Amino acid sequence: MRNKILNAIENHARINTEDLAAITCSTPEVVEKELKKLEDENVICGYHTLINWEKVGEESADAFIEVKVAPQKGVGFDQLAENLSSYPQVSDIFLVSGNCDLMLVIKGKTMREIAMFVSEELSTIDGVLSTTTQFILKTYKKDGFEVENISKDERFALS
Amino acid sequence: MRNPLNSYIEAIPPSGIRKFFDLVAEMHDPEVISLGVGEPDFDTPWHIRKEGINSLTRGKTFYTANAGLMELRKEIAVFMKRKYDLSYDAAKEILVTVGGSEAIDACFRAMLDRGDEVIIPEPCFVSYKPCAIFAGAVPVVLNLSPEHEFRLQPEELEAAITDKTKMVLLSYPNNPTGAIMERKDLEKIAEVIIRHDLFVISDEIYAELTYGDAEFVSIASLPGMKERTIVVNGFSKAYAMTGWRLGYAAGPAVVIKQMMKVHQFAIMCSPTLSQYAAVSALRNGDEDIQMMRDEYDRRRRFVLNRFHKMGIPCFEAKGAFYLFPCIKEFGMSSSEFAEEILKEQKLAVVPGSAFGESGEGFLRISYAYSLKDLERAMERIRKFIESLRNRQQ
Ligand SMILES: Cc1ncc(COP(=O)(O)O)c(C=O)c1O
Repeated sequence: MRNKILNAIENHARINTEDLAAITCSTPEVVEKELKKLEDENVICGYHTLINWEKVGEESADAFIEVKVAPQKGVGFDQLAENLSSYPQVSDIFLVSGNCDLMLVIKGKTMREIAMFVSEELSTIDGVLSTTTQFILKTYKKDGFEVENISKDERFALS
Repeated sequence: MRNPLNSYIEAIPPSGIRKFFDLVAEMHDPEVISLGVGEPDFDTPWHIRKEGINSLTRGKTFYTANAGLMELRKEIAVFMKRKYDLSYDAAKEILVTVGGSEAIDACFRAMLDRGDEVIIPEPCFVSYKPCAIFAGAVPVVLNLSPEHEFRLQPEELEAAITDKTKMVLLSYPNNPTGAIMERKDLEKIAEVIIRHDLFVISDEIYAELTYGDAEFVSIASLPGMKERTIVVNGFSKAYAMTGWRLGYAAGPAVVIKQMMKVHQFAIMCSPTLSQYAAVSALRNGDEDIQMMRDEYDRRRRFVLNRFHKMGIPCFEAKGAFYLFPCIKEFGMSSSEFAEEILKEQKLAVVPGSAFGESGEGFLRISYAYSLKDLERAMERIRKFIESLRNRQQ
């Protein structure tokens, strides 16, 4: 039941509880309760809207930041990650394998704003050894959605 | 000049879907949305496409054996055993065709003599009747009834049989109704078939798209039926591979041998790159089917619930990706309904009558669309129905 709900809403967060109940062979009351539980248990961590800000003329910039870190005794990377997550500019934090330790996604209004944040805030934090910034120039697909709608429905309308 | 045309072919009316297709095309309106497609909205799973690409890079671009790659036929045999408990000899009992479509055509040509009758239960896919006529046979339409959710009833079948009847076409899960036949339904049909010494062509192209607790059963798996049945299946629907043009027929060696003749002389062999890709589909495609089936099932429930909320009668179809709501309350033909909703709400649907007389009063609603698209489309149907009901008062 839980998985049925999660599968149904993963790409369709705005579906109403009545439709959701129909899809999962349940009742709106049961679905409502289960959703509440999933939220309380932090299985559903939030509801997110994927917006193409450029389309409404808003300036925005995103960057990936590779961060090399000196791990701290006892807490590894967790303490630093927690500190970083308190910055509103930081939208994602991942612990990764490879050339760096943490991979961040930073959101700002302009590239300059992001660059300032990295040089003046991020790189001065205790434990941060170095950073590499990669600005995102264009987003083609995000969270499973094709942002520019590259592929249209090419099927014949009737067949 | 004399008439250049064959009178049988000329007399076959154009497909009822075609007429609506032209109507939609003429509108040139980007606002028009459709619930009219008969093919999956998913891309062919990547590993399958990759196998197709690989076969090209490695230069595997020659004819294959007429009956299809042996490797593929073996995988088809394994698949049919594993999924439907059907045992076929890859060497003699399986023919790889250009879609299920070609298998249907070749089967009729190989089995029916001029004047033989083939019983075709309607509503159904639009190709059967013309193909029977191509073969010189006589299609005998049997009108299925909504009271039985469009499942073929033994009494109905019995009543349609004459001394010329040679074959019965079964097409479940069904396009356009979404109806299925359960084991108990098939058993009753098998009894009639055997008693009258008939053959069955069973179009099982939607077999993998069966929902809920319903389990697909092939009539060929019932006692005494394998030797009387030609199973038609393919890759189009289960693996979202419509454009690859690949299907197959499985049946008694004596029949496959003659179908093979038709195929060999008319077609030579099925597309080679598609055959290589299909091997990967059968070997590694179970999860893809599962994923697509789960998604179709969610959509099916969604649309069904919306119709029920609108008070539109619609039985719970458990197969394919179609629902078949009844619109008789509005006192208009399904064609008129489809034309009006196209004009007023810019929604394209196929009238049930395109699939036979017994589809009159119904619409074929395809749910091979994203939930988001379905939501928009169902809202348009709701508005249209509301305006019709207001007009009626
Ligand atoms: C019931 C049925 N049989 C066969 C076919 C043909 O499929 P294929 O692409 O394998 O030729 C279709 C396609 O719409 C169908 O609906």
